[in-house]
Amino acid sequence: MTGTEQETSADEHQMTGAEMVLKALGENGVKHVFGYPGGAVLPIYDEIHQQDEIEHILVRHEQGAGHMAEGYARSTGKPGVCLATSGPGATNVVTALQDALMDSIPMVCLTGQVPTALIGSDAFQECDTVGITRPCTKHNWLVKDVSELSQVIHEAFHVATSGRPGPVVVDIPKDVQFATGTYVPLNKAPSRKSYRPAKTGNSDSIHQAIELIKNAKKPIIYSGGGVINSGPEASTLLRDLVKLTGSPITSTLMGLGAYPASGKHWLGMLGMHGTYEANMAMHDCDVMVCIGARFDDRITGRIDAFSPNSKKIHVDIDPSSINKNVRVDIPIIGDVTSVLEDMVRIWRADASDLKEERLADWNAQINQWRARNSLAFSDNDDVIMPQYAIKRLYELTKDKDTYITTEVGQHQMWAAQFYGFEEPNRWMTSGGLGTMGYGFPAAIGVQVAHPDALVIDIAGDASIQMCIQEMSCAVQHGLPVKIFILNNNYMGMVRQWQQLLHGNRLSNSYTESMPDFVKLAEAYGGVGIRCSKPSELDDAINEMISVDKPVIFDCNVATLANCFPMIPSGKAHNEMLLPDEATDEVVANAIDAAGAKLV
Amino acid sequence: MNAQQKPTGSAYFLSNIEQETVFRTLSVVVDNEPGVLARVIGLFSGRGYNIESLTVSETQNERHLSRITIVTSGTANVLEQIKTQLERIVPVHRVVDLDQKAKELGYEKPIERELALVKVKGEGNDRMEALRIADAFKAEVVDANRDHFIFEVTGRVSKVDQFIDIMRSLGAIEICRTGITAMNRGSDGIWGK
Ligand SMILES: Cc1ncc(C[n+]2csc(CCOP(=O)(O)OP(=O)(O)O)c2C)c(N)n1
Ligand SMILES: [Mg+2]
Repeated sequence: MTGTEQETSADEHQMTGAEMVLKALGENGVKHVFGYPGGAVLPIYDEIHQQDEIEHILVRHEQGAGHMAEGYARSTGKPGVCLATSGPGATNVVTALQDALMDSIPMVCLTGQVPTALIGSDAFQECDTVGITRPCTKHNWLVKDVSELSQVIHEAFHVATSGRPGPVVVDIPKDVQFATGTYVPLNKAPSRKSYRPAKTGNSDSIHQAIELIKNAKKPIIYSGGGVINSGPEASTLLRDLVKLTGSPITSTLMGLGAYPASGKHWLGMLGMHGTYEANMAMHDCDVMVCIGARFDDRITGRIDAFSPNSKKIHVDIDPSSINKNVRVDIPIIGDVTSVLEDMVRIWRADASDLKEERLADWNAQINQWRARNSLAFSDNDDVIMPQYAIKRLYELTKDKDTYITTEVGQHQMWAAQFYGFEEPNRWMTSGGLGTMGYGFPAAIGVQVAHPDALVIDIAGDASIQMCIQEMSCAVQHGLPVKIFILNNNYMGMVRQWQQLLHGNRLSNSYTESMPDFVKLAEAYGGVGIRCSKPSELDDAINEMISVDKPVIFDCNVATLANCFPMIPSGKAHNEMLLPDEATDEVVANAIDAAGAKLV
Repeated sequence: MNAQQKPTGSAYFLSNIEQETVFRTLSVVVDNEPGVLARVIGLFSGRGYNIESLTVSETQNERHLSRITIVTSGTANVLEQIKTQLERIVPVHRVVDLDQKAKELGYEKPIERELALVKVKGEGNDRMEALRIADAFKAEVVDANRDHFIFEVTGRVSKVDQFIDIMRSLGAIEICRTGITAMNRGSDGIWGK
């Protein structure tokens, strides 16, 4: 293992483990690595120093490295790569790994480990990285022999990016990084027989699905993050399918942008903070086509009252998503692109004579729901309403090459409701795990991949403080990310739930001693902007856009605004709380005892 | 173990549509590599599935394959989830529901066997009775001196249960069971024809 018997040292494939890491990353198309050094990865850092094919972005906390890799991946469709040392380095990326697992983000995380001889001895900075990360990765490896290292890294990229994408960890003991062995090139790496993700969907099922949609009187398409993951082609095909079938379409938080927000058939997002029209249409439809989404509890609301009268078609690459929360009538297991290709082709061949007029009644009904204007909010001349702020941000940035990330809370929901996404891969948010602290590092990852784009993290005053240290990373690497804080001086979403559920007793949801965000930006070497008047907002936003440095924009908004519409927990899609009905009394009584026990 | 009667996943299962809980024996063929058993067991504990019995051993060394036999219980929905979740594990080649397969083949159940070692301490009549019972159960004496026997008994779970029950009353002081190992009848292997 130590490579004493290397007679063929002239062989170009003989190299150290650390060299293999760099070579394997290069062969897998990696251009950027987000990382933080430490004892157990020093050999790899030494190699990083001696080459310039792969750029290393030095983060300030390994959680940041993980979220940056996620943002990078989500905005490019390519895997994001992060690198951390053993022990605390590895444990610090755990949040990002679980985040990537829940949102199916392809990510390869390399960690250093103590030398193999010390494993199990409670050595300095030892932790059981594969043990800790087993449940929060798609797969992970501890590489104990340098002769396996290159193949494992190739396999890691394959597993992370194929099938339902996800995070993987390769844990590399320090002696393996030093040892010399034979590099196996990517095209010679054997593939594993036990891992064969589905690609094409069952043709009979697809035909049955088309038959159902053809005969539907009240169809709806409900798409999700799987469409984005499947690649830009999937979004194009989804648009074709909507156009051909004339079906209205809604999407999960993760799926925004696959179908354009300006599109004629767009209902807005569905779910807990989705629009009235989207949720009512989900409830009343007769055929539901779920494409690359997974009937998460934030989407379905009360499950036994979920869309009671519809036949359900579910397209998903992961067989375990089928029938997990909701029983479906026609499961189609396959890659969304491939299945949509088939659906579009079959529709064109079999049903091109069907006109959208056949859905006139359904569309009329939907228009009635639309007229309810469920995203209404009362504007104000003196204070900036958070919804207004997002609307203005959208208007002033929509014609630019813009990418939006978010933190978690009310601001995230307002961003989803009021920022219109026209293209896939433009919207990065922590959906499944709901990780405060995700948005800013994710934005840095996006900016690394798209240096000339306008990248904005729509943030909350509480969330932004979870990974604020990455300002230093953004400044160091010249990444002009914009942080747009909807500063309501509260953990707004927590406060809203306390109002809904706990008699408005605001236990620990008020943020005392808020930092001066303008000074904070300046302290890091960025630019700070503050705005608290609606009349000054546009100018301030334009100023933010024009600055070629990281900016923290402290947008002081109404402190007690609630995020509506809302399906209170334990309620069904047709029991939404709408903004104009949400008096204090209604809000206080919206959730019953059973609902209060739910998350 | 982590008994969970309800369907998996959502916090929104307010309805208690009670489904019948059934027992199933699964055969899981995996690459024999470090951590694979932890992945399987971690899946069961992490998602709140039951493990009634679990056995594992390498079965095809030239291909580095191991076979895990798991007896689990749950509603039809949960069992379907267990199977698809297991199939998601990268080193898992195949998950076969042996009970379902047996039915397809026209049998009531797959062949299931278990082995137990039972140490019985006693004197006089109890000792003689233990020997007679062992004989009736075709249990073998694998160790003995003047005041103890160790019996090895193999067979169906119900037979092993019964044997142990009787031996308890005759002075069994130590019992060890392998857990269930199982396969289906007929000429087809686990990979099919
Ligand atoms: C890491 C983490 N801890 C706690 C939570 C629970 N949580 C959800 S939203 C929220 C408040 C967020 O406040 P802020 O960032 O100010 O956003 P706002 O809701 O005010 O827009 C909290 C604490 C979480 N999602 N993530
Ligand atoms: Mg806030």
